[in-house]
Amino acid sequence: MKFSEQWLREWVNPASDTHALVHQITMAGLEVDGIEPVAGKFSGVVVGQVVSVVEHPDADKLRVCQVAGGGETVQVVCGAPNVREGMKVPFAVVGAVLPGDFKIKKAKLRGQASQGMLCSESELGLSDSHDGLMELPAEAPVGDDVAEYLGLNDVTVDVDLTPNRSDCLSIRGIAREVGVLNQLVAEGPEITPVPSVHSEVVDIAVTAPEGCPKYLGRVLRNVDLSAQAPLWMQEKLRRSGVRSIDPAVDVTNYVMLEQGQPMHAFDRDEIKGGIVVRWAEANEKLVLLDGQEVTLTQDTLVIADHEKPMAIAGIMGGEHSGVSARTRDLVLEAAYFDPILLAGKARHYSLHTDASHRFERGVDYELAHNAMERATELLMSIVGGEPGEIVEVVSDEHLPKAHVIDLREQLVADVLGVEIDRTTVEEILTRLGLHIDKLLKGGWRVRVPSFRPDISIEVDLIEEIGRIFGYKNLPVTQVEGSLELRPEPEAMRPISAIQDFFVSQGYQEAITYSFVDPKIQGLIDPGHQGIALANPISADLAVMRTTLWSGLLKTVGYNQKRQQSRVRLFETGLRFIRNGDGIDQQPMLAGVVTGDQLPENWANGRRNADFFDVKGELESLFRLLGVSVDFSAGQHPALHPGQTAELQLNGQSVGWFGVLHPQVQKSLDLNGTILVFELFLNPVLSGYVPNFKEFSKYPEVRRDLAIIIGSDVAFADVERVVKQYAGERLTALRAFDVYEGESLGEGNRSLALSLFWQHPERTLNDDEVHALFDSVITALQKELEATLRS
Amino acid sequence: MENLEQLVQDGLAAVASADNLPALDQIRVEYLGKKGVITLQAKTLGKLSAEARPAAGQKINDAKGQVEQAINARRNELETSAMAQKLAGESIDVTLPGRGQDLGGLHPVTRTLQRIERFFAKAGYTVEQGPEIEDDYHNFEALNIPGHHPARAMHDTFYFDPGTLLRTHTSPVQIRTMATSEPPFRMICPGRVYRCDSDMTHTPMFHQVEGLLVEKNVSFADLKSTVEAFLRVFFERDLQVRFRPSYFPFTEPSAEVDIEWGREADGSVKWLEVMGCGMVHPKVFEHCGVDSEVYRGFAFGLGVERLAMLRYGVNDLRMFFDNDLRFLRQFR
Repeated sequence: MKFSEQWLREWVNPASDTHALVHQITMAGLEVDGIEPVAGKFSGVVVGQVVSVVEHPDADKLRVCQVAGGGETVQVVCGAPNVREGMKVPFAVVGAVLPGDFKIKKAKLRGQASQGMLCSESELGLSDSHDGLMELPAEAPVGDDVAEYLGLNDVTVDVDLTPNRSDCLSIRGIAREVGVLNQLVAEGPEITPVPSVHSEVVDIAVTAPEGCPKYLGRVLRNVDLSAQAPLWMQEKLRRSGVRSIDPAVDVTNYVMLEQGQPMHAFDRDEIKGGIVVRWAEANEKLVLLDGQEVTLTQDTLVIADHEKPMAIAGIMGGEHSGVSARTRDLVLEAAYFDPILLAGKARHYSLHTDASHRFERGVDYELAHNAMERATELLMSIVGGEPGEIVEVVSDEHLPKAHVIDLREQLVADVLGVEIDRTTVEEILTRLGLHIDKLLKGGWRVRVPSFRPDISIEVDLIEEIGRIFGYKNLPVTQVEGSLELRPEPEAMRPISAIQDFFVSQGYQEAITYSFVDPKIQGLIDPGHQGIALANPISADLAVMRTTLWSGLLKTVGYNQKRQQSRVRLFETGLRFIRNGDGIDQQPMLAGVVTGDQLPENWANGRRNADFFDVKGELESLFRLLGVSVDFSAGQHPALHPGQTAELQLNGQSVGWFGVLHPQVQKSLDLNGTILVFELFLNPVLSGYVPNFKEFSKYPEVRRDLAIIIGSDVAFADVERVVKQYAGERLTALRAFDVYEGESLGEGNRSLALSLFWQHPERTLNDDEVHALFDSVITALQKELEATLRS
Repeated sequence: MENLEQLVQDGLAAVASADNLPALDQIRVEYLGKKGVITLQAKTLGKLSAEARPAAGQKINDAKGQVEQAINARRNELETSAMAQKLAGESIDVTLPGRGQDLGGLHPVTRTLQRIERFFAKAGYTVEQGPEIEDDYHNFEALNIPGHHPARAMHDTFYFDPGTLLRTHTSPVQIRTMATSEPPFRMICPGRVYRCDSDMTHTPMFHQVEGLLVEKNVSFADLKSTVEAFLRVFFERDLQVRFRPSYFPFTEPSAEVDIEWGREADGSVKWLEVMGCGMVHPKVFEHCGVDSEVYRGFAFGLGVERLAMLRYGVNDLRMFFDNDLRFLRQFR
C-alpha cells in the first residue's frame, strides 16, 4: 500500500517528522518498505501562462511562445505539441535547476531567443509521462512557485502490510492507526448524504447472498465523462501509485484509497434489464477491462445483467459494460464480498487487482453506504449529473457478525509477561475502536468493530494491547522450568561425526538441490523414476533426486569447468523414492572423488585416487561408526561393471561404491576416473558401546606364505578358507602383496599372506602352529586350487 | 720414577693430538692398559723401601688419573664433534610442505547449523527432523493457514499434486512432534525448505531452523530473552535487538526480529530483519491436541543462509548452492 504523507496528515497530523512517523508505524507492525519523494528535486519553476504562440520561422516542430509568470513576459521556444495560448504550465525560468542538476540558461533555438523552459511531468520528476506539457489548472496563480502550489514537499510511503491488516489498506485506516499511536483523533472529510433528484433505480437481484451479503447500486444520470478529475485528486492518486484514467475510474479509485471500499462503475445503457449477482455458469465467457477474455468457472461470483456477466465480482469489470467518454448514465457499485469465497479467485485468472487484494483480506462490511455517498459527491463535483436513490440489497444472515470476545486480565499478564493496569488496557482498546461492552470480573467483554475482521479471539486482543503498549516496553525474562536431561545413545554416532570424518579425509561438504535434471538422473539411476514437481522452477530442476549422485556429479562438472581437477565432495540428505502410493524419504550419505588422491606436492607426488584409496576411507568410516560392512562385487547401471562393490551390513544391501561407468561419465561430460559411493545413513548409524576384553601377554607368532591362485578367486574367499582352517587362535590375516604378471600364467595372480596366532594363556609351540599352517595350505590347494609359490 | 713426570707429559700431549676415537683408545692402551707405560711403573715399587712405597704408589695413581681424565675429556670432545658432524649431514629443509591428505571442510550452512544447534542444545532443546515432501495438512492447515488464507500467497509452494508439496518451512516438524508426544516441549527443527522463487536474493531451496518451547507458564517476555540471547551468542556481540509487531498465522502475538547492522547514511541505526517469532496460536495447539488453557508456547524461525551471509560476509545467496570449491574451501 502506497500513500502520500500529506494526504495522511490531512486526517491526522502528529508533531513528528517523516522519519519519526515512518519509524513509529513500522514499530507498530505496519512495516514501511520505503519512502520516495513525490517529485524530483528542482527550483525556480513557477506557474507560467502562455500568452501567445506562433510558429517558429525556421523549424517545423518548434513554436515561439510569450510566457508570463517569471516577472516580465519573456520569449520561450517550445517543442511540445500541446502548447496553446492561454494554458498554464510549469515554467522553469532562467536560473532554474531541474532534476538531474539541469540548469536553465538563456539560449537560442534555431536563431530564436529562448528564456526558460515549459515543463512536462517527467521533466519535474513527477512521472514518466512524456505526453507534452503538464497542464496546470486555470485557477493556478501565475507566478507562484510550482513546488509550493502542488505541495510537492511530500513523500510516497510504501507500507508492506501483513495480510491480517486489511483495515490499513486506506488512508482512513492508516490515519486511525497513527491516531491511536499518537493519542490523536483521526478525522477525514465529512460525508454527507447526496439526496436523489429522480426516481430511477437499477433493479438488483442477489441470488448468491453467501458470496455477496451486501450490494449497493446507484444511478447517476446525465454525466459528462469528458471532464477531467481535478489536479489535487490526480496528484493524490499519483502519489499513491495509481494512474489517472477518467473521472469515473479516478473517483472510484480515490474512494478506495481514502475509505478502503473498492467500487465499480457500469454504463447504464449496457445493463440489460437489471443487475444480478450470481455464481457464474460453466464456460461463460467475459472480456475483461484489460482486454483478455476469460472462461469463467462455476465457483466464480459475477455481476451480471439479465443476459450475461458484466464483471467478476470484486476482481475486475468487463470491457463491454465499463464506462467510456460517451457514457451518459452510469451505475455506481459498492459491495461486500465474502473473503473466503473470493479467496484465490483472482489468482485463478492470473489477476491481482487493488479490489481483489482488499476483498480477499476483508473489507469493512459496514463501509459500502458511506463510500457510495462519498463517491457520488466527488463524482458529481467533476462530471455533474443527477443522482438517484441508493438501492441496497443486504442479507443479514450472511453478513459477518461483530465479534464479541471476553478478555481476561490475567491472560494479558501471562502472555505478555507483564501486568498492565486496567485503565491502560481499556484506553488502548478504546483508542483502537474496540468497544468495551461490559466490565467482567477480572476482565472485559469487548466488541470488535466491522473494520477489524482480523480480531476474533482473546489472543488477538492481547496482541493489540502488546503492540500499542510497545513490544520494546515488554520485559525480558528468563524461561523457567527445569531441564529434563535426555539420554544420548553412545552407540549411535551423530551425523556430525561422519561429517567431521570426511572433512579430515580431505572432502568438502556440498549441499546440492533436492530437485535435479531428469535427464542427468535418468543416466545415473535408470531404475527409479524421479517424482516430478507440478510447477518446477526450470526443466533442469524438475524431479526429486533418487540418488545424491545426481547433484554431486553435476557439481564435479561445474568445478572441472573451473580448473578444479581434484574434487572430493560428500553430501548428506534425503532421497525420494515413490513406493506404491507413498513416498520413501531416505537419509543418504554420498561422496564423489576424482583427480589426485593427495594434493600434489614434492612428497605426495601425483597419483589419481583409485578404488582402494576410497575403499580405505570407507573402511575407516565404518570402524568409526562401529559397523561391519562387507564389500562384494556387484553390478550397478551407473558403475564400471568390473569396479563396483555392493555394500552389505548383516546381509542387507546398504549402498554402492565404485568407479563411474565410462559411458555415463562421457555422457555427463566429466573428466578422469570418478569414484562414487552412496549409502543409507540409518543402518550404518547403529554402532556399539565398547566392551573391554583381556588381552594376551604371550608372544604372537607370524607365518608368511605366497600362493598362486586364479585371478577370479576373490580375496574374500581366500580369507574365508584361511579362517576356517587356521584355528581359533588366529588373531589376524593380512595380504601383504598382490601381483599379476606374465610369469604366473594367464588368469593367475600371486597373493602373499601373513597369518598371526596368539594364545591368551600360554606360549604357542612350533609344532601346533606348524600343523595349523599346513592345514591352511592344504585347504587352499584343495578348495581354491592354489599352488604354493616357491 | 723420575721419568713418571715425563710419561704424564707425553701422555697428555698424545691425548691432545688424538683426532679420532680409535687413536684415543690406542693412547689409552699405550699408557693405561695392562702393559701401558704408566701402569708398568707400578712394578718399580717393589724396589723401594716399605716406607717409600705408599708415596710412590700414590704418585703413580695420580699420574694415571691425570691421563685418564684427559682421555675422558678428549673422548667427550671427539664424540660431541662426531655427533655434530653426523647431525649436520642429516639436516632437512623444514620449510617444505608436509606429506599426506589435505583438510576438507564443512559447508557454511552446516557450520552455521551446528552453531545454532549447539546453542539450543545447551538450553535443553532437542533436534527434530521430518519429511521434506509434506502434505497440505501439516504444512498449512495445522498451522492455521487454511486453503483460502492470503498467507498462502506468501508461500510460493512447489506442488506434486494438490495435496502434496515440498515443505515451505520446517514448522510441520513441530506439528508432527507435538501431535505424537506430550508437553512440555523444547525443540528445534533444522532443515531444507523450498519456495518456488529464484532470483538474486532467492534460491528455490534454503535452510530454516524453527524452534518451539511449550511450558505451562511461558510468556512473550521469555521469548524475547531467548531470541536476544541467541542472537548475541551467534554474532558474539552485544548487539541491539528489536521486536517489531508482525503477522504469522501460527503465532499470536507475532513479531519480526531486527538486529542493528551498521549505520544508515544519515547516521541512524540500520536494522536488518533476521527472524520471525511469536506465541503459539491456540488453533495450532488445538490441531496437535495440546490444551491451550494449560500450556502456552513460543516459536521462532530463522533463515540459516541469511545468518551465514551476515556472519561470514557472503554477498550472494546463490553461491551456497553452486558448491564452487573456491567458495567452499573458505569455510574449513
